[in-house]
Amino acid sequence: MHAQHQRRLVAAGLATAAALILAGCASGDPLAEEDGGESSSSDAIVIGSQDYYSNEIVAEIYAQALENAGFEVERNFSIGQREAYMPSIESGEIDLFPEYTGNTLQYFDDTASVTEADEVYEALVAALPESITALDYSEASDQDSYNVTAEYAEANDLTTIADLANVDGEIRVGGPAELEEREYGPTGLEELYGLTVAFEPTAATTAEALAAGQIDVGNVYSADPNIAALGLVTLEDPEGLFLASNVVPLASSDIADEIAEVINAVSAAMTAEDLVALNQESVDGGSTDDIATEWLTAAGLV
Amino acid sequence: MNLFQEALAWLTSPDRASGTLPLAEAIGQHIGFTAVSVLIAAAIAIPLGYLIGHTGKGREMAVGLSGAARAIPSFGLILLLVLVLGVTRSEIGAVIAFVLLAIPSILAGAYAGVQAVDRRTVDAARSVGMTEWQILLKVEAPLGLPLLIGGLRSATLQVVATVTLAGYVNLGGIGFHIIQGLQLRRYEQILGASLIVVVLALTLDLLFALITLAVRPGGGSGRPRRRLATS
Amino acid sequence: MNWVLDNLDLIGRLSLDHLRLSVVPIVLGFVIAIPLGWVAWRLRITGAVLLTVAGLLYTIPSIALIVALPAIIGTSLLSESNVTIALTLYAVAIMSRSVAEALGSVDTGTRQAAVAMGYSSWRRFWGVDFPLAGPVLLAGLRVVAVSTIALVTVGALVGIDSLGYLFTNGYQRRIIPEILAGLVVTMALALIVDGLLVLVGRALMPWTRRQPSASVKESAETSFGRGVNPGGAA
Repeated sequence: MHAQHQRRLVAAGLATAAALILAGCASGDPLAEEDGGESSSSDAIVIGSQDYYSNEIVAEIYAQALENAGFEVERNFSIGQREAYMPSIESGEIDLFPEYTGNTLQYFDDTASVTEADEVYEALVAALPESITALDYSEASDQDSYNVTAEYAEANDLTTIADLANVDGEIRVGGPAELEEREYGPTGLEELYGLTVAFEPTAATTAEALAAGQIDVGNVYSADPNIAALGLVTLEDPEGLFLASNVVPLASSDIADEIAEVINAVSAAMTAEDLVALNQESVDGGSTDDIATEWLTAAGLV
Repeated sequence: MNLFQEALAWLTSPDRASGTLPLAEAIGQHIGFTAVSVLIAAAIAIPLGYLIGHTGKGREMAVGLSGAARAIPSFGLILLLVLVLGVTRSEIGAVIAFVLLAIPSILAGAYAGVQAVDRRTVDAARSVGMTEWQILLKVEAPLGLPLLIGGLRSATLQVVATVTLAGYVNLGGIGFHIIQGLQLRRYEQILGASLIVVVLALTLDLLFALITLAVRPGGGSGRPRRRLATS
Repeated sequence: MNWVLDNLDLIGRLSLDHLRLSVVPIVLGFVIAIPLGWVAWRLRITGAVLLTVAGLLYTIPSIALIVALPAIIGTSLLSESNVTIALTLYAVAIMSRSVAEALGSVDTGTRQAAVAMGYSSWRRFWGVDFPLAGPVLLAGLRVVAVSTIALVTVGALVGIDSLGYLFTNGYQRRIIPEILAGLVVTMALALIVDGLLVLVGRALMPWTRRQPSASVKESAETSFGRGVNPGGAA
């Protein structure tokens, strides 16, 4: 091929590449669901879940309860974090999602200062956009909490987070990487309890790290079966660092009334111990489907 | 503001020098894990590769191993080893995963390098009275260096990429910032950290390219040098 | 392996998702790489530029590419298409070099004979060069297939579920058999697809059935040494 032809090809290629890069260097939000994303068939209720096995179990329970009541259900599980799926709930792409009152309230209104379960729920209802309706919240809760080993609690006479002031020396707080930046992380501990702590990321194995002594205080979800299994002690939170975070079904406003009866029955029947037990079964290797079916049957809902 | 600009802003912000894992420390950890893993893998794979290349035995096994290793999802391997060895030894588990992933490339580079040496050169060396060891160390290894470096290059890049994934088990390194960014849904953080990883990978690649140029023996591909040429 | 037996349907469903996510990059990568590889082989300067870019692309760790693509082409980080495009780019990067090498491996004498016999360039490419380049192409395609299948698992970090879901879910729940199942099934899939490709190769290229040519073996092996080995993208 002629050298001239070659040069033209190279130039064309470079121009195309440049155009693509410039055109694409948009400021659009890459974390937003793309338009024309997964659209469901008109009548099916789309149920989503977080990328968290416990949340998936609750979502599956909702799904089976609805199917049992004659609804058509589409499952779209392990979507990811709140910021990822909330827009989809608002737009109606997702119809139902198991959430947690406290965390969701903080997502919509980070100045919220209420901490009791009822208050948090009321505040949440007020803070939600028009397109999302919160159905009844459940007694079951699964929230962040600070835990220590039984020995550490005894040695330092700890019952509440405030008691950590008794500890001599450095306090190493562990949790998922994001804890460093969350309001209830090290900054919150300092603001509300006047504690200066060192943060160590421990990923999903916080409970084990705590038990192994790699960290002194660990952020473990309250429904994590490891708390009981490893003999951990949850520190009380008098200053309200953590908002109460009960399981609450968030539904798209246009179908909320239709499914309210079924879902509210589920929420009413689920206790805090139930959730921990469900998680334990999952950790023991049970499949989400079976665990959900068993619970619904035992609760007399199917 | 353009997404790349936001990422650069995140990278250059003074906050990056403080916090749980300052960026400089993260980069240092990343390089450290990579170096240690590649060195360990090299210590295992190079002698083995030389042996296979020199004796010609076990070639099929080596080729098969390299092929199979390509199929291993490194992410899964890390998680498996970390769980198996326990949280207290997660670093060891991760390094074992890195070493396992690095061995095949280095092994292939070592034996391919030795294999690629012209048989006539080897025969000539033998006929001149060199022992098998001398042939291996003075003829085959030096001439095979470029291919060995190629294998090391592949291995290093693979490990750099895998160390990034190990952020999921909180191994530190630049992966920490990617995982944290994913959890916090801060795109500028995820992009910024990824850009660092890319720059690191490209820099290492360039370094290896330079080393390869530097070690090319005079003839390049093992052509017999005048002294050892058969008449 | 009770866990595996109890969760066969989950594994099955994820395997299908995994295959679905792998097929597009492999096929698309192959198709796009053919013209690119041909250009790389025919034109020296353009070819050198192309192959260098391909090589550099290959050094980029997968999670970094998946994360950076939305900023360059405007996809959503949460979408399947983003991961698919990233995997396709890797496939193209590996395969282009393979196509260029494959075309280069065709005996010049044979090609000249075809010219002498009056074959048009189109016919020459599809009737002579391409088929004779087959074995090397197949070797490259096998590499692409296997590494793509392994790479799909990384999508789990951005919520694109495949067998990689078994890794993150198993880690969250501390269920070792689950992670192991993910590893084994993914590798088994890669092995099966690799085997299928070999069979397809034998069917389409019966002349290679008796003995793979020495050059094929050599190029497949030495591609490790030259850094084309998909070691970069993990």
